[in-house]
Amino acid sequence: MINFQYARAHDVAEAVRQMGADPAAKFIAGGTNLVDLMKYDVERPSRLIDISRLPLTSIEETGQGLRIGALVSNAELAYHPLIEKRYPLLSSATLAGASAQLRNMASTGGNLLQRTRCHYFYDVATPCNKREPGSGCSALSGINRMHAILGSSEACIATHPSDLCVALAVLEATVEVAGPGGERGIPFADFHRLPAAEPERDTNLAHGEIITAITLPARGFSSHYTYLKIRDRLSYAFALVSVAVGLELEGNRIKGGRFALGGVAHKPWRDPAAEALLRGQEANEATFKAAADAVLREAKGYAHNGFKIELARRALVRALGQAARATPQSQSNKSIR
Amino acid sequence: MAERRSRARSTPETTPPESIPIRLTVNGVEAELKIEPWTTLLDALRDRLDLTGTKKGCDHGQCGACTVLLDGRRVNACLTLAVMKDGASITTIEGLAGNGALHPMQQAFIDHDAFQCGYCTPGQICSAVGLVGEGKAHTADEIRELMSGNLCRCGAYPNIVAAIQQAMDQS
Repeated sequence: MINFQYARAHDVAEAVRQMGADPAAKFIAGGTNLVDLMKYDVERPSRLIDISRLPLTSIEETGQGLRIGALVSNAELAYHPLIEKRYPLLSSATLAGASAQLRNMASTGGNLLQRTRCHYFYDVATPCNKREPGSGCSALSGINRMHAILGSSEACIATHPSDLCVALAVLEATVEVAGPGGERGIPFADFHRLPAAEPERDTNLAHGEIITAITLPARGFSSHYTYLKIRDRLSYAFALVSVAVGLELEGNRIKGGRFALGGVAHKPWRDPAAEALLRGQEANEATFKAAADAVLREAKGYAHNGFKIELARRALVRALGQAARATPQSQSNKSIR
Repeated sequence: MAERRSRARSTPETTPPESIPIRLTVNGVEAELKIEPWTTLLDALRDRLDLTGTKKGCDHGQCGACTVLLDGRRVNACLTLAVMKDGASITTIEGLAGNGALHPMQQAFIDHDAFQCGYCTPGQICSAVGLVGEGKAHTADEIRELMSGNLCRCGAYPNIVAAIQQAMDQS
């Protein structure tokens, strides 16, 4: 690992100030992704600003919704009684990610900021536009089995690796940030970016801005939800495809529904036009297939990941069925029903 | 082969920082260290405190061999910067036995022959102790899922699950 300076921030304002003074500094909280990337020489910060002791560790009710401090660990989040009861989709998706050790360390805010797991991003001996803008994309003509099928560009076909974020996309969370210009809330759909011509920018966060909290609106889909994750082994692996679903049913008719796909794009993939096909329809296989066909209409495979298109279609149909039947996917017994 | 391209990227000006004093309580014993910021907790335990029971496997948080209990919670010591844990309490495999008796989890691993080469075992046992403390695993499926952060290349998994079940029943 490279040498770097270390500073501990005691409040948010101090953290923002310290970051403003050093354009090559990074915040560190759980460190599970950043320390790893530093060992691979992918991240080379001049200074780490330790925000792990900031008072951003509580989960509080806010009127109809919930405010999750950015430093709440993934484990605390997943097992919090209010999350389990009102937002079980978020709990389930969080438990589908990483390992128990990593969930004890990793923060909620940091989960949003984790970098892609593209092998070429990690391998500093190869070109990568995300790591080194303008150097080229090795994945386009390389081993791209894990890569994007939606929203990619000629500059980058990397995917966002988070599970938790796929649930936050369905829940339409807001990302609360503080920065040199004050505080603002970013709707979750606008937080992460598609690669386009600037794949080095994962999010719309500006330098010096820090995530302070995630807020959840009232609607938690606690009756009809599921998080279905398909991966190469049963646990502790990144998604090939994952699906988060939240439905509102009246009898067997769908009043409203949202879904997001993980592992298929540079950000959790929502498609409001495809979701609209669910509204007012009977919750049955034909309805689910119509929505799945719509969301994957523009999907594009590369040499090794073409299988993801059909996998995503089937996973979404299966997940919509699980949510409609109120039989969410278990994250310990991995049989898919 | 081409030189490693990223070496050419702009490297920020850094003056080597001075070592930073920290205090850790390791297995009940207080330790004061002066430490460089890039020293992981794993390296601090092994190289500075000579507690080599905690193993370095992958050094990237993928294998769990470095698992220790930090303020009672299991973590990967290889992805933890020691400087960030000033004031913390750490339990390693060396700190589990007490009063001349093995910890029930250690005894259960022996009873069930839950290892072959033994390299992953300190991490498995610390992780399993953390698992029992969390109280979220009740079935074999749940044990397997919540122990998935600890790999065993010898494939002793069935016996590891049996050992954890025994220790869990005793706790």
